[in-house]
Amino acid sequence: MADTAVHADAHADHGAHHTSTGLSNNKLAMWMFLGSECLLFGGLISTYMLYRGRHSENLGPDQVWDIPFTSASSFVLLMSSLTMVLAVSSANRDDERNTKVWLSVTSLLGALFVAGQVYEFTTFYREGLGFTTSLFSSSFFTLTGFHGVHVSVGIIMLMSLVGMISKNKVVGDKKEVVELFGLYWHFVDVVWILIFTLVYLIPA
Amino acid sequence: MSTATEQHDIHGDEHAEHGLSDLGYIKIAIFLAAITAVEVVFSYTQDQLGAAFLPGLLILMAVKFFMVLLYFMHLKFDSKIFSLMFYIGLTLAVGCYAVFLATLHFFQS
Repeated sequence: MADTAVHADAHADHGAHHTSTGLSNNKLAMWMFLGSECLLFGGLISTYMLYRGRHSENLGPDQVWDIPFTSASSFVLLMSSLTMVLAVSSANRDDERNTKVWLSVTSLLGALFVAGQVYEFTTFYREGLGFTTSLFSSSFFTLTGFHGVHVSVGIIMLMSLVGMISKNKVVGDKKEVVELFGLYWHFVDVVWILIFTLVYLIPA
Repeated sequence: MSTATEQHDIHGDEHAEHGLSDLGYIKIAIFLAAITAVEVVFSYTQDQLGAAFLPGLLILMAVKFFMVLLYFMHLKFDSKIFSLMFYIGLTLAVGCYAVFLATLHFFQS
């Protein structure tokens, strides 16, 4: 009898779901969504690669990039991935307090990254690089702007989740909800890993 | 006793299913930060690196990409169906845009 109870608990612990695949449909949908996002960012990165040489002589990537600053921003976003995975880990241990702390730290680091991006865009604009200045600038602002919007949406989602956990208003499995938010956040980081190398580090 | 042992096993399995310990994640984050630093050094020493610059940078980028995907996003520990969902999108994107760039003679320049 006791064994049966333990197996029932184990079943619940392992997150087995009453679906045809035995997997969470929400998680499956999130992975499908992230797979489709590869096509969106793939298109934007390819367009940038194609047009990065189309600019005036003094306003190209090699003249405007500030690699030390962008490297620091990349480091901040990378560390936000660490804090996010620590939030997921805390949620799996039912440690609600640390889950909220790590989610809050993640959103703060994300906000710091977005602030850095706003500063970078402002600097470029003051140097004369606007959205319609050249094909290079249009494709660059579209790509990094789309990524910035994804980070901003992630911050809003994380802050909402902290509020929902505090008020105990999370619908469904709390661990899974935190994990799904984590997947989205890590994907945003993964996309930046590509952008940082392909856009900033490889010279035009 | 038997139940307690089984419960211990269950929690052990659960830990394995959910991935690494917190210390493991911190070690991976340090490794990723170190790779990022190497990438930045690469970008400042491209003249000395010569032909190794571009492949080296792309390999480092791929290592970071898959480290986050496999460990932070738990693809290494999760069901293969999740991996399939993501890799289908990734393969379609890489294939589709490689053809797109090749058609526009990007790789010849």
